[in-house]
Amino acid sequence: MSQASQNQHPSVSVEVKGLRKSFGSVEVLHGIDLNIKAREVFVIMGPSGSGKSVLLKHLIGLETPNSGDVLIDGHSIQAEDMLERYRLAMVFQSGGLLNSLTVAENVGLYLTEHRLMPQKDIDRLVTEKLEALGLKGQENRMPEALSGGMKKRVAIARALVIDPQVILYDEPTSELDPLIAVTIGQEIKRLNQENDVTSIVVTHDRDLAFGIADRIALMYDGKVLEVGTPKELQQSKNEQVQKFLNASFKF
Amino acid sequence: MFQDIGEMLILFWRTLQALPQLWRQRLKMFDQLFEIGNASLLMACILSLFIGGVLALQTGPVMVERGLSGLIGGIVGLSVCKELAPVMMAVLIAGRIGSAMAAEIGSMRVYQEIDALKTMNINPIHYLVLPRVVAISLALPMLVIFAIMVGWMGGALVSVFNNDISISFASYFNNLRSVVELGDVLNGLIKSFIFAMTIGIVCCHQGLCTIGGPRGIGRSVTKAVVNSIVMILILDYVVTRVLLYFDL
Repeated sequence: MSQASQNQHPSVSVEVKGLRKSFGSVEVLHGIDLNIKAREVFVIMGPSGSGKSVLLKHLIGLETPNSGDVLIDGHSIQAEDMLERYRLAMVFQSGGLLNSLTVAENVGLYLTEHRLMPQKDIDRLVTEKLEALGLKGQENRMPEALSGGMKKRVAIARALVIDPQVILYDEPTSELDPLIAVTIGQEIKRLNQENDVTSIVVTHDRDLAFGIADRIALMYDGKVLEVGTPKELQQSKNEQVQKFLNASFKF
Repeated sequence: MFQDIGEMLILFWRTLQALPQLWRQRLKMFDQLFEIGNASLLMACILSLFIGGVLALQTGPVMVERGLSGLIGGIVGLSVCKELAPVMMAVLIAGRIGSAMAAEIGSMRVYQEIDALKTMNINPIHYLVLPRVVAISLALPMLVIFAIMVGWMGGALVSVFNNDISISFASYFNNLRSVVELGDVLNGLIKSFIFAMTIGIVCCHQGLCTIGGPRGIGRSVTKAVVNSIVMILILDYVVTRVLLYFDL
């Protein structure tokens, strides 16, 4: 039996409908429409300040839109019981690990707080997930003693423990050296293949996007310019898309 | 300002609603309780010893001069238990513990730890605010009991050993016993309980509202301590009036 079929909570689709968001008088998202299929790796790419992270926060209900909606499996994310009905997880840019807890406590936090299983089983599951991400023996370390790459992997382990139907990654390779960035990219792809999960990745790292994406949305100035497979995006006639994809250090 | 007050009232109400969750959060509550006691007990004792002492020093000679030396114990006793111990301990706790609460929750907010809790469907009020508010509400009245006793001792030491006063321990404590009633101590404890809840809510609210980086955290801490002290002094008057109405 494959691991994907062991997942008790099957992946779900995510739909974004006419999403608008303003902070004060500045509109950051100008009516975003997206349709993300269940079990795909969907990358939202774009330059800094294009509204990618704000969009990601809307996808998990951390921000409330001015208009429009995000539908998880057809249900609005604004509904009160959405995080009880669906298992959504997010890997934050900074990791978002609780600094007062050890690595193991961080990874098992969801299960401990919701009392989903006995402590013995939580410990076993935490060790299992940490091992799967190459973090064996790190259980009792504090987050401040970990490197950037390790923090990201602990954050991914914490997301996996939830047994998520959707995982959101916010800039998973930022502040990492290319070798670790490749490892994280491989992990995202592997976890998507092994678990029945929809993965949404926000990044401005073109190599990561083209390496792992089933489809890519390119955002610019709060709008989605183009959505398509990596190949379709490379063949795009849109000037902004080509400018972003072909920016180079060669002068 | 009115928005802040409204938000604090909502936070207070949600914390009250979360009280049934307290048993699940008891370990965090005990951690906080230990932290507060450990950090403040010695400071509370030193502060109240000198408050009692200075009160006796200021009032004693004047009373002796007018032949009222027998009332020093009562004056020090009442002032310490009804006013000085609750207010001074609350100010101490606001500075020592309230600032730490605002800083810790503020940095959790800035570094996305609170967002992480929300995405795990863990209510930050249950996880962070409830154990802190309950712990401080239990710890401050306990500290005030210590402070009252040490304050009385401070007053007694000065009354006995200061040459301008020089009354006996027996005279000081006899007068204190005849003037101070259990209701007076209760008055101080009720006040300290109300001050403690105020400090907890004000400081947790400031922490949860933190925006920006380290500068934002610093701003929140300053605001938390200043707002707590202002609230303590305003509430001191209001609560005193209410307790006087109930003859306490």
